[in-house]
Amino acid sequence: MDFFSVLYFRFKKVWKAVRLYLVIAGPGLVVMIADNDAGGITTYAATGAKYGYHLIWFLLLLIPIAYYVQEMTVRLGAVTKRGHAEAIFESFGAFWGWFSLIDLMIVDWLTLVTEFVGMTSALAIFGVPAWITVICVILLMGMVVLNGRYWTWEKIALGFCLLNLIYIPAAFMVNPSVADIVGKGLIPNLPGGLTNELFFLLMANIGTTIAPWMLFFQQSSVVDKGLLEKDIKMGKVDTFIGSVITVTVAVFVVIVTGTLLHGVPIDDAATAAKLLMQSNHYIGAFMAIGLFNAGLLGAICISLASSWAFGEIFGWAHSLNTKVKEAPWFYISFFITLVTAGIVPLIPGAPLVLITLFVQVVAVTLLPAALVFLILLLNDKKTMGEYANTPLQNIVSTTIVGGIIILSTMYGVSALFPNIFQ
Amino acid sequence: MRTLNQFFSKIREINQRYAHPTVVMSRGVKFSLAVLRIYLFLLVVLMIYKFITVIKVV
Repeated sequence: MDFFSVLYFRFKKVWKAVRLYLVIAGPGLVVMIADNDAGGITTYAATGAKYGYHLIWFLLLLIPIAYYVQEMTVRLGAVTKRGHAEAIFESFGAFWGWFSLIDLMIVDWLTLVTEFVGMTSALAIFGVPAWITVICVILLMGMVVLNGRYWTWEKIALGFCLLNLIYIPAAFMVNPSVADIVGKGLIPNLPGGLTNELFFLLMANIGTTIAPWMLFFQQSSVVDKGLLEKDIKMGKVDTFIGSVITVTVAVFVVIVTGTLLHGVPIDDAATAAKLLMQSNHYIGAFMAIGLFNAGLLGAICISLASSWAFGEIFGWAHSLNTKVKEAPWFYISFFITLVTAGIVPLIPGAPLVLITLFVQVVAVTLLPAALVFLILLLNDKKTMGEYANTPLQNIVSTTIVGGIIILSTMYGVSALFPNIFQ
Repeated sequence: MRTLNQFFSKIREINQRYAHPTVVMSRGVKFSLAVLRIYLFLLVVLMIYKFITVIKVV
């Protein structure tokens, strides 16, 4: 064969793989990018404002961590054809099942409230009243979910994922010094030593990258999409690309606030957007739009994670491929979660700080359990067969999960007792 | 009342359906679940302690 024939056949092979990926792509990308929710953007903005570019290396470390945890849900979902909640009920019995389901419901609802807080505060910058934001978001999410097709929902969600990349042009607009980013950001260092404040921020970054709802969401999403064992390889690629994108976005948020707001105390991303507007209107607007989009994407996934889990356990029809008449309880639970969470930021004097604190603490009760169950389920050779964890995968995943459990526990405990590690 | 009864009978049905764990209860699994129970118990104790101290201050 001549050179051009070889080139042609190679191109066809690669193009076939790309087309296959485009069919499989979705759950991994959506869950990972939705991970950059309102709370996540706030954490990254605060990280950049406090420590400049110095913690970019730490964010890059989160790529393999996020990937290794989430790829296990792809295997589990594709092999068992069950969501994470159902898998826990069936494998570990009703006690652990109810514990996980009720805990998930509480964590999801509290997190959803923080997404609405993020969305309302982002659009308030443009003068939109909070109640209009809440009503529009609920209507928009209703339209996205009620179309009766998983594929349509996924493509719309991927569109919102694209908007999450808005921080990349924003970072280029602030003209950061590439030499500074490489010199300060890519070489591991702990600015000012391992202080209590730095430790809390590192833990917050881990906490926002690995959230309990992500495990439940991705596994249910893999099942609803109908991925099979043969799709696991592409599902893993999808998850890896998603984890790279999510950390890339995080790095660009850090670059924006690290360049323009370094040394300025930031409590939330909306404040960062307002301050950025003072130096460059467009960058501030990008920050606010990105925050709204992050909250919206988080809300879409989190509310679905709960509804899928309930449907699995209560035996209701629970697929986005069903119409309202066919799966009324699935959609009712979705809207009840959404509407009740949306009302909270509208209540004058609502304890929003307490709710944020509760999210951190309650998540600590669910995350270790969900991660331990995940590893145990992946070691159940009777169910998983050839897709069970290999010894090497067990070493990697156990190390990662052990580290996450220790750090997230310290994060939760320090949220309860702020002076405990001083 | 009828809806409430239906709800509780559904819960009972779920409890019966998942009464027996299907995972092989090896030593590793038993150990992991025992550690998880202790971990969660300690966490709940901490939360209750925090709740009581907050209430006392208020």
